[in-house]
Amino acid sequence: MNNFLSLTHIIVEIATVICLAAISVSFILLLFRIVSGPTNADRAVALDSMGMNMMGIAALMAILIPTTKLNDVILLIGILLFIGTLAVAKYLEKGVIIDRNLD
Amino acid sequence: MIFTVLIPLLLACFVPFISKFKHKIHTGTVIFFIPLAIFFYFIQFIGSGFEPIRHTYSWIPSLGINFDFYLDGLSLLFVLLISGIGALVVLYSVYYLDRSEPLGHFYVYLLMFMSAMLGVVLSDNVFVLYTFWELTSISSFLLIGYWHFKEKSRYGALKSMIITIFGGLSMFGGFALLSVISGTTSIQTMIANADVILDNPYMPLALGFILLGAFTKSAQFPFHIWLPDAMEAPTPVSAYLHSATMVKAGLYLVARFSMIFGSYEWFFIIVSIAGIVTLCWASYMAVHQTDLKAILAFSTISQLGMIMAMLGFGTKAAVFAAVFHILNHATFKGSLFMVAGTVDHETGTRDIRKLGGLLTFMPITATLALFGTFSMAGIPLPFLNGFYSKELFFESTLDLEGGASGIAGFLIDVIPYLAVFGSIFTFVYALYFLFGTFGGKTQLDKLVKKPHEAPIGMLVSPGILVLGVILIGLFPSAVNGTFIAHAAEAVYGEPITKDVHFWHGWDSPAFQMSLVVVGLGALLVTTRRKWNGIYQVFPGKLSVNKVYDTIMGKLNAYSRTITTFYMSGSLRNYMAIILSTILVVTVGFMLATDGFTIDFGNLAPITFIELTVVLIIIASAIGTIFAKKNLAVILIVGVAGYGVSLLFLIYRAPDLALTQLVVETVSVALFLLCFYHLPDLKRLHAPLSTRTTNLIISVGFGALMTLVGISAHSSSWFETISDYFIETSKPIGGGSNIVNVILVDMRGLDTLFEITVLGIAALAIYTLIKFKTDKGGK
Repeated sequence: MNNFLSLTHIIVEIATVICLAAISVSFILLLFRIVSGPTNADRAVALDSMGMNMMGIAALMAILIPTTKLNDVILLIGILLFIGTLAVAKYLEKGVIIDRNLD
Repeated sequence: MIFTVLIPLLLACFVPFISKFKHKIHTGTVIFFIPLAIFFYFIQFIGSGFEPIRHTYSWIPSLGINFDFYLDGLSLLFVLLISGIGALVVLYSVYYLDRSEPLGHFYVYLLMFMSAMLGVVLSDNVFVLYTFWELTSISSFLLIGYWHFKEKSRYGALKSMIITIFGGLSMFGGFALLSVISGTTSIQTMIANADVILDNPYMPLALGFILLGAFTKSAQFPFHIWLPDAMEAPTPVSAYLHSATMVKAGLYLVARFSMIFGSYEWFFIIVSIAGIVTLCWASYMAVHQTDLKAILAFSTISQLGMIMAMLGFGTKAAVFAAVFHILNHATFKGSLFMVAGTVDHETGTRDIRKLGGLLTFMPITATLALFGTFSMAGIPLPFLNGFYSKELFFESTLDLEGGASGIAGFLIDVIPYLAVFGSIFTFVYALYFLFGTFGGKTQLDKLVKKPHEAPIGMLVSPGILVLGVILIGLFPSAVNGTFIAHAAEAVYGEPITKDVHFWHGWDSPAFQMSLVVVGLGALLVTTRRKWNGIYQVFPGKLSVNKVYDTIMGKLNAYSRTITTFYMSGSLRNYMAIILSTILVVTVGFMLATDGFTIDFGNLAPITFIELTVVLIIIASAIGTIFAKKNLAVILIVGVAGYGVSLLFLIYRAPDLALTQLVVETVSVALFLLCFYHLPDLKRLHAPLSTRTTNLIISVGFGALMTLVGISAHSSSWFETISDYFIETSKPIGGGSNIVNVILVDMRGLDTLFEITVLGIAALAIYTLIKFKTDKGGK
């Protein structure tokens, strides 16, 4: 029984590390997209994806450490990513991000 | 005694009220009684049985600075000159200054000056002396610029201010040094401990500073240039300040401190050279002047040089002659200035080329001038005091102790010849002054008004002074025993008994020198027109004034160049200067103290996820430099920001990570907000050198910060206090989130002020957007 628990523990750990490695690779590829562009929309999407990868990293770190304190971070990243991407999108579309009442 | 010093200052406060009635009663007639009263107060001290008097009033006892008034023979001589001539000058100014002038100003400045001058000569405390000294400079500045609507007045006032304050400040340095060396602020105590001061290695520095102050104040070469320009002042001021009193403050200083420094050989060398050079140069230059007051100004400089030289000699005869000449010079020079002022007042010009033949129009003035100039020239007549001191001067030049070697020995050989040279020119300009004004032909067409004799009141003051010239000339022993001897004793330290006779016989060398002076001088006067061209050759363009103007001009130009060089208005330059200064200073300091320590022990292992994140941050940081679009830069910077928050995550700081994320997102949004108003990024088309400097500075600064960081990590001197927080956060703070307990509990004050910072920033942003003062401009 004990052996089984420790076995799963090891399996989870290995899986987490592999996931982290995969996400790192994804990070580097996204970085390439961000730096090279070619358009700003590409960059915005890449940044958004990067944020999701960050959520992944935060979750994997929470497993690895292990802790529950990072759960807030994961949620917050989600909200902020949404807001940030929205702002960039609106800027790209209209040039401003806060509309004024033109009356 | 303090009353005599402070009463003029006190009454100066009431002068503006008195001057309101100036059309009924001339302000000067009221003021006149103040110096007169002071004069009569001090005259009671004259007598053969004089003993120094000391009065002390505390001012700043904790610093040893007190109103410490000390009246010895030297001070007595000066206070009598100041108050006596002050009274005469006030009397003269009553007739000289018109009632339409701002009389209130004039007498306020004059009383201020009188007070300051009395303070200078009576103070025993060096710092009090310095205070009064600067007050004389300031009041002299005000008096020279009395007619401030004239360009030349302002120029002269500024020049005299700059030069005398320069000297005054250096003198202050000397005083500070002296008081540190001797441990006292009292001059008499310093004199008593003169050997302590003389043995100190810093003594030459103190001496140099003090002499600089004395030389600038007493218009010694090459600092004499302010005095001729100070002639733009009203004539009573010239007569008072620039002949009788203020310019003698430097002499007073040298005389006062000669008891301390007198035995030091360089004191003799410096003071004698300065005096003799001034004597020769100024008397030579005086002949070239065309303005009556300019002649008198150079004459004053040359006579001051003569007294300075005698103080430098420091022998019994020389000290006596110096003190005697201070009195004599004050009498005849004061009267001559008043004569020049009278001529100016009655003819409307002071240009000697336009004047001439005034003898028949102004006989009394001419007579007064005759006595004054003859006394100044040192013509051997038994009723002229100038001759006595001139002869004593010659005697003292011959009397110098020989046997010294080096510079001092050379000086002793040369001085008599230079003295004769200077005196010849003294003779020449004195007669040039007299005959140029009163002799020769009248040129009525060149004069502004038709000349006539001055009002009697204007002649009283010079008359009294000339009377003094004659009385001292006739009865030299009367002033000799009663107070000249006391003054000389105060300078020399031992009683000096000297009999002043008129006749020393044909074989007396000093008398022969006088005869040479008169003979050669007369020859030069008659042939003046023939050799006047020499001034085109020498000094020609070599004027100290030019040097002064050049220095002032260059100072302005160079400071402007320097300022415009680094105050370029370019923020890039300022940033470069700031960063490179930090770089140089920090690296220099760290290298000097051997502060860089690099220690790789005590490091945590690196995981591959950390490595990846750091690589991403580095890549995005480099990417920002090369990005071409605004938005691209912001997005790439966003990557770096997210990377940092990832690092916080990995290092188990969830609160920091949260905050970092929020702030990063808000900044990106803010940047996007402003982008609408911002121009597109442009490539910096700076020259290669600028880009290279930028690169060097940025790389250097980064390297420095890295090194500092590594050093800070490598050298851990104290244990951290974080254990305390970990232990007590729950029991004391009542919370398990240690970061938040620290923020609001343990160190809540910081948080409070960071909240304030945010509030201020918000208010400022609101203000910037909402309130635009320039409604018209865009």
